[in-house]
Amino acid sequence: DAMRCIAVRGVWKYNRISPNERKKFYEDVSISHGEGGMFEINLDQRKLKTPGGKLFTAPNEALAVAVANEWDTQKDTLKFYSMHMTTLCNTALDNPTFRSKDQIITAALKYLETDTICYRVEEPPSLVELQNNEWDPVLKWIEEGYNVVIGSSTNILGPEIPQATMNTFRQHLGSYNFWSLTGLEYVITQLKSVVLAFALIDKHITVEQAVLLSRLEEEFQIGHWGNVEWAHDVDLYELRARTAAGALFVHFSSESSTVKRKLMQD
Amino acid sequence: MASLSSPLRLCRGILREIRAIKGPEYKQSLAYNYVLDQFRKNQITGERYCRAQEEALHASHSYLCLLTSTRQHIALYDMYHGKGQRDTEEMAGIVGLRLPTQPGGKGWEK
Repeated sequence: DAMRCIAVRGVWKYNRISPNERKKFYEDVSISHGEGGMFEINLDQRKLKTPGGKLFTAPNEALAVAVANEWDTQKDTLKFYSMHMTTLCNTALDNPTFRSKDQIITAALKYLETDTICYRVEEPPSLVELQNNEWDPVLKWIEEGYNVVIGSSTNILGPEIPQATMNTFRQHLGSYNFWSLTGLEYVITQLKSVVLAFALIDKHITVEQAVLLSRLEEEFQIGHWGNVEWAHDVDLYELRARTAAGALFVHFSSESSTVKRKLMQD
Repeated sequence: MASLSSPLRLCRGILREIRAIKGPEYKQSLAYNYVLDQFRKNQITGERYCRAQEEALHASHSYLCLLTSTRQHIALYDMYHGKGQRDTEEMAGIVGLRLPTQPGGKGWEK
C-alpha cells in the first residue's frame, strides 16, 4: 500500500505516512562521549544530526539519555511530534530564529502582559470563584518570592505590570544560560503564563498542576458541557507532555556538568 | 511545595513506563539502566531534607509525567488522526461522492 502510493508521481503525489512521520531506519540507539564533554546520539552506526545539519550534541548525560530514549522507543514509524526533548535540543543547537538571550527574554516576558492567571473573568460567579481559589495562591507565591507586584485584572487589557517587576524578572532570567532560556520560553508559551512557568521551574508545583491551572477555564467548561476525548484529552496529554519536556529540559540544562555527589560518611 | 510521590513509587512508575513501551527486553534499554542508576545514587545522603533530593524528586516526577503523557497522547492521536492521508477515492466516499472517470486518462498520465 505504501509502495503504491509513493510510486505515484505528478499532481496526486502523496503517501500513507503523514509528513509528521517517517519510517524507522535504525535498530540500535546508544550515546557516546564527544568533544568537550558533550554527548552524541548514535542510531546504529550513524550519528544523529539536527535539522540544521549540525552534529547533535547534548551537554550532559541526563539530556542525552532522555533524547536517546525518544529514538529508542519509536516503532515502525518515527513520530516526530512526540519527541519533545529532541525538538528542544534541536532548537537550542540550531537557534533557527537567530535570537540572542536578550531577545528571548523580551519575548518570554511579553507573555506577562496577558498572563493566564492574571486575566480574570467577571462571570459566571462559579468560574470567578474557581479562578480566585486556584490562581490567587500562585500569584501570591510569585509576588512574595520575587518581591514584585503583578496583580490580576478583569480589564480587557489585562493588568498593568510595573516596570520594576519587569526589571526584576529580566534580571532573574538573565542568570539562565541559553539552553535553559530556550526551555523556559517554551514552557511559558505552552502554559500561556509566565507565573505558572516560574512556579513549575522553581518546583513549587508539578507539571500536572501547572497544566491544570493553565487549562482552568477549559476544565470548568468540560465540567459543565462534557468531555470530548478526541479534542480535550488529546490537548491535555499533549500539553502535559510538552510542558513536562520543557521543565525537564530546563532542569537538566541548569545543572552543572559535573555530577553532584554527596560523600557518604560511613 | 507540591506533594510528590516517594522515590520508590516514582522509580517504579518510570520503569513501568519503559517496560510498557520497550516490551520484554526493557531491562536492556538505555533508559532503564540510567534511571535505576540515578535512583540508587540519589539514595546516598545522610540528611533527612535535602534540597538536591527535592529537586531530583521533582525532576523524576516530571519525567514520569513526560513518559505517561507522551504514551497517552500517541494512543489518542493514532486513534483519531492515525489514518494519515486517505486516497482521493476514500475521501470522496466519506462525503458520499464518487470520483469522475475520464476515459483515455488525463493528459499527463502515462
